[in-house]
This record gives sequence, structure tokens and C-alpha cells, in this order.
Amino acid sequence: MPFFGFKGGIHPDYNKSSTSGKPTETLPVRVGDKFYLPLSQHIGAPAKPVAAKNQQVKTGELVAEAGGFISAAIHSPVNGKIVSISHVVHPMAGRMEGIVIEADETNDNYEPVSDEGSFQQIIQRAGITGMGGATFPTHVKLSPPKEVDTLLINGAECEPYLTCDHRIMLEEPLKVIKGAVLIKEKLNIKNLIIGIEKNKPDAIQLFKRYGREYGFELVPLYVKYPQGGEKQLIKSCLNRVVPEGKLPVEVGVIVHNVGTAAAVYEAFYERKPLFERIVTVTGAVVTPKNLRVRMGTPILSLIEACGGFLGVPKKIVMGGPMMGMAVTSVETPVMKGTSGIVVYREEDMPDLTKYPCIRCGRCVDACPMLLVPSIMDRFVKREMYEELEQHHVLNCIECGCCSYVCPSRRTLVGGFKTSKRHIMQIIKERGAKNA
Amino acid sequence: MPDRKFLVTFSPHDRHPETTNKVMMTVIIAMLPIIANSIWYYGYYAVKGYVLTALFCVGFEYLFDKISGRPIAIKDNSALLTGLLLAMNMPAAAPWWTMLVGSFVAIVVSKQVYGGLGQNPFNPALVARVFLLIAWPVEMTSWVRPSPVIHGFLFDTVSSATPLGTLKSDLIAHGHVVTANLATYTDQLIGNVSGCMGGDGAIFVLIGGLFMMNRKIISWHIPVSFLGTLFVFTGIIWLINPQRTIDPFLHIISGGAMLAAFFMATDYVTSPVIKRAQIVFGIGCGLIAGVIRIYGSYPEGTGFAVLIMNAFVPLLDKYMRPLSFGEVKK
Repeated sequence: MPFFGFKGGIHPDYNKSSTSGKPTETLPVRVGDKFYLPLSQHIGAPAKPVAAKNQQVKTGELVAEAGGFISAAIHSPVNGKIVSISHVVHPMAGRMEGIVIEADETNDNYEPVSDEGSFQQIIQRAGITGMGGATFPTHVKLSPPKEVDTLLINGAECEPYLTCDHRIMLEEPLKVIKGAVLIKEKLNIKNLIIGIEKNKPDAIQLFKRYGREYGFELVPLYVKYPQGGEKQLIKSCLNRVVPEGKLPVEVGVIVHNVGTAAAVYEAFYERKPLFERIVTVTGAVVTPKNLRVRMGTPILSLIEACGGFLGVPKKIVMGGPMMGMAVTSVETPVMKGTSGIVVYREEDMPDLTKYPCIRCGRCVDACPMLLVPSIMDRFVKREMYEELEQHHVLNCIECGCCSYVCPSRRTLVGGFKTSKRHIMQIIKERGAKNA
Repeated sequence: MPDRKFLVTFSPHDRHPETTNKVMMTVIIAMLPIIANSIWYYGYYAVKGYVLTALFCVGFEYLFDKISGRPIAIKDNSALLTGLLLAMNMPAAAPWWTMLVGSFVAIVVSKQVYGGLGQNPFNPALVARVFLLIAWPVEMTSWVRPSPVIHGFLFDTVSSATPLGTLKSDLIAHGHVVTANLATYTDQLIGNVSGCMGGDGAIFVLIGGLFMMNRKIISWHIPVSFLGTLFVFTGIIWLINPQRTIDPFLHIISGGAMLAAFFMATDYVTSPVIKRAQIVFGIGCGLIAGVIRIYGSYPEGTGFAVLIMNAFVPLLDKYMRPLSFGEVKK
């Protein structure tokens, strides 16, 4: 398989070595632990609670059903009692409605999801969303409106620090592969490609062995961020360009993360709903680890399981350093899309002294979507949304390459994120006016 | 549960170690061979020139920030850089007050009044040079014959025309190139000719330029398209009639071509941010410089060329914007 690559991108310090060689440990559930389940852990409508306060629930039991087609069900991560249905901490929204469950018994059994209905319905019932961070409900992606000829499994893990996908590929390669083959067969897709970045040679070596047996092509990917961005990965592996504003289906491709493939395998063959995941806990903690954690576990428990903070923590990031969210509180729970926890001390923080934009053009060269961030930033400051729309700000994938390379430390991607929201609102209003 | 306040910022949370003040410092380091070379040939006059322009430029930056109530921006090193570049664009023995006025024009008139760093449309050092050249043509064209520092740090100046100046007057007087009056390649390359402090000594400018490329401060686009166009354009004229001008190799190592291509035209603020626009920008610079040298009344035109192309930067950036990923052309 030839490798085509994409323009732009950056080479940050990957910092993966402190956890990449460490086997995943399971974080044990203790009686009395509380689990916080926000109703919106995914893209789309929030889930609707179907359990009541003080109700006893079992691990894997449905506690909130999908709030629509683009939504995902939520299951209890433990055997326990619902102590409240009110507000829980959420990294994006501050606080939002959620269910709190207190564990009263510890075991590894779970309530299996029913195997009635179609493949997509089973996946939907298991509450699976993309495990890479974007958390798009998986059953939606598995119901393509067009013919798909290629299933691309994303093992790039291009975010610095994170190693959870790497560990899944090493520890449960057959779950990943069989999950991918399952999707391929259920959707009658012709080609299966698994892409892994070359900085994981052990995973590439391992997957090579299974290539012929399971009928997939392995593409070792050039190490560059954001190689694992959906559109970049499709360009790199297939040389197809997803048109602006369109989904990968447009060019006959669907992309799933390796973690998602493994979750699909577990949902279909083991009837296991999504109530736990692997999280890389790294940065300024005493012993960085890869942990298998139940959903809803407050991140403080993860940090304590890693021996606590190393020094005085200044910033805690949920996800990777490039696209992750800084959280305000250690009460923030692990959610379906939580791939990592990265702790920064004051001394780990980059020099953030701001200067005026000197038009050096580094952001223009780094943008994998071929935008012109330095010019667009001027429009952001003046709130010139029409100009921004003409400069295709909606095509921005928010990867953060522009801000990463900016020597003047401008808030480039941050401005584009907020502007995108404004523009979406303007487009909505425009539509309403015309209707 | 102990709850601490944590810092919340937009992603990304890691940054490339390069910062604006470091970028400026790297450019200054890249200029050290040129500065050393001018001190070698102009001794006391070079030291005086660099020190005065640097002090004046940083001083005006400080004063303007202070008076206008802006944060003091001298730590970004850009004023120091402008000062050194201005000195490189002046004759070694220019009087101190031209340096004072030049620094004022560079920092206040052509940078600060537009809003400071990053806002100026024209290269500050070049605006100052052109202003001085037009306002005080005698002082700005009183060239000094170089005298290696081993013959004395402070020496008596002997006035001497620049090679390009000699060429121009020969063409006017005799109607053709007088080969005997041309500077040798070696003298041009090492800077043993009279001229601006930083312009001559092509080899040292090249070392600085390659250093900046190596440190990824500049890319090849502007210098190569600039010098390439100047080479090709003057080469064509020379091939048609060798009596009309000097050979293209001598052209790109003479005067301020090298300095302009590597240090002036590549100024971030006043050059395009889009790579293919940078190539057009460089071609424009090379072409205008060549036209002025051969057909203009000034012997040297690289400064004017860069300033003229500076004016086109917003247009180039606007109309040469690449299609974004997956963008469908309307």
C-alpha cells in the first residue's frame, strides 16, 4: 500500500515513553466509591435517564437511554445505588445534568446487552461512541447513507503523551482486528486498512502477522501530528480528499479508532456495554500508567492510583495536549471519550508570553487544512464572521497546529473554535429567515 | 475531596519552543558575520554606526511606548534588529545625526505609527534608508574606501565610489562598461569594496542567510526567487550586449542584492505568509531591482524593489491563498 501523506502538520515532542511500555492495570472498584455520569458524553442529543433515585443498579444496566438517533445510551459502571440525578462536573459545560451512583458491591460481572435486532441496534444499545476523543455515536457511522468501499481503522494515536490505543493494539490485537472484520462483513465493505504510526514498531510488527489471515492491509504511517485526523488519515492512506463540509462517507470511507473496533467486538461477541475504557495517566504524576477505568470515575482516583501528583499541579488536561480540555476540578469524571489525563506543573508549562503577530507564516505552513490562520486571526479579533466564513474557518479541524507553532503565542485555534460556533449560529438564523 | 484551582486555557497545551524574541535574536546572530566583516573593513566607523543605530532605535522604541502608554516592547528584540539592519544600509562614515534621523524614521514613522510590531506595511530599515538617501543624498553617498582593521582601527577616510556607482558613471561617460574599473569577484565576495556597511561581502551575507535557513527562520522561497530573477534578467541583458552591463554573477554579489534577498525581503512582517506568494514577491523584487540597476538613474535598486513589492503583499496574500483542504472551487 503506498503512503500518500498530507500537507502541513507538526512534529511535537511525543513524550510517550513513560507509559508506552506499561501494561494496562485495572483500577479496582471499592465499596462506597462514587461514579459520576454526565448525560452528554458524546456528540448529539443528551441521553435521557431511565432509572430513578435510590434505585439499585447492576454493572452494565441501562441508566440513560439515547436521546435520539445521534445520541448514545449510558450504562451503570458498577453494582450500586443511584444516589442522585442532578448536576455533575463536566469539562466543557462546567456542570451538567448527570447521574451519580455509589458502588456497594465489587465484582467483574455485568448485565449483557440483548442481541435482538440488527448489528447497528446492538452497537447502539451498548452505548458505543468513538473512543478517540470526538465521541461520535458509533452506530450512526455504521449506518452509512452511501456505498462504502473502505473501512479504515485508525491506530495512529498522533496525540503526544497518549498510549491507550498503543496498549490496546499490543494487549488485545485480536479484539481490534476481529471488531474491524466484523464491521467490514456486516456492512459489506470491500477493503480493510489498519493504519499505525511508525513510532509504534511493536504494534506494527504484531499486526503484520495477522494481515493475511484476517484480510486487511497494514499501512505504517509517517509520524506527524495530526496523522490520526480523519481527513488526514484518508488522504494519507487512500489519497482521497474529503470535500469541505462533508463526511468521509462522501469518498466511500468510514474511519474507526482501534479502541472503537475493540468496543464493537466486545459489544457483539461478549454482549458487553461500554462502561469502562483505557485511560493514559501521565505528566506530573508519581508513576504514569495506563489504567482500565470504569466510566464516571473522578480523575482524582486515577491520579491517586498513579501515586498522586508529582510536585504542585498547575493544569490538568483531559485528552491529549494538542486537543484536550483543561479541567477546573479533579472531580471531573472519566467519560467515553477520555483517552488521557495529562498533569502539568508550573515548570512543565511552555513560555506563553504573548507578542503581536509578526506574520512569520509558521501557522500557514503548519495548517493541515491549508487555511491561513495568521490572516484569519485578524478577522477573529474584529469579529468579522463573514470574512472568516469566506476564509473557510468552518473547515478548521481544531487540531491546534497553528497555535502550537506560533512564536507570538496567539490564541489562534481558540479564536477559530469560538468563531465557528458564532458562524454556525449565524447560518442557522439565516436558514430560519429564509424558511 | 480537596479542590484546587487549576489553570484553564484553550488547547493546545504544549507549544513549540520558538518564541518571537528568540526568532529576532537568531536573526541578529545570523548578522554577526556581516557585522564582523564590516568592523574588519571599517573599524571605528562600523562600531560607531552599529552602536549608534542600535541605541537610537531601541531608545525611540522605548520612548514611543512610554509616551503612548503601551507596554514597553524592547524585549522582543525587534527594534535592535531594525537598528542593526539600518546601519547595514548606510555608508560607514555617515554622520551621527543621519543615524538619529534614520532611526526615528524607521521606528516611529514607519513602524510605531502603524501600530507597532507586525503592523507596518513597509520594511522600517529600508524606509529609513530611502528617506535619508532622498533627503541627504550627499551624506548618504559619501562612500569610504575599506581599510582592514590591521592597518588601524581609526583611519583617515578616503572617499571612493561603489562598484555599481562606477559602473553607472562609466556607462554615462563612455556608453559602455569599462572592464578595468570593475571590482573583482573576490573583492565583492569578501567585501573589499566601498559601499554600505552590510551590503558588501556577499559570502558573509550568504553564511548568515544559510544559517537562518538551517534554523528554519526563513525558507528558500524569497531569496532564491529574488536572486534567481535578478540573475536571469541581468543575464539576458548581458548576453544580448555585454557592453550594456556587468555579468549576472557579479550583479547578484554586488551592492545590496544579497543583503536584501536574505535579510530585507524576508522580513516576516512585510513579506507574504503564503509560500507561492513569496515566490511571486521574490520575482517582483528581482525584476524591479534589475530594471532600476540597468535602466534607472540610481546605480542600485534593491531597496526600492523591496519597498515596492512590500506594497503588494496584502494583495498577494489575498489572491494567492491556496484552496483549503477539500475546498471546491466556485
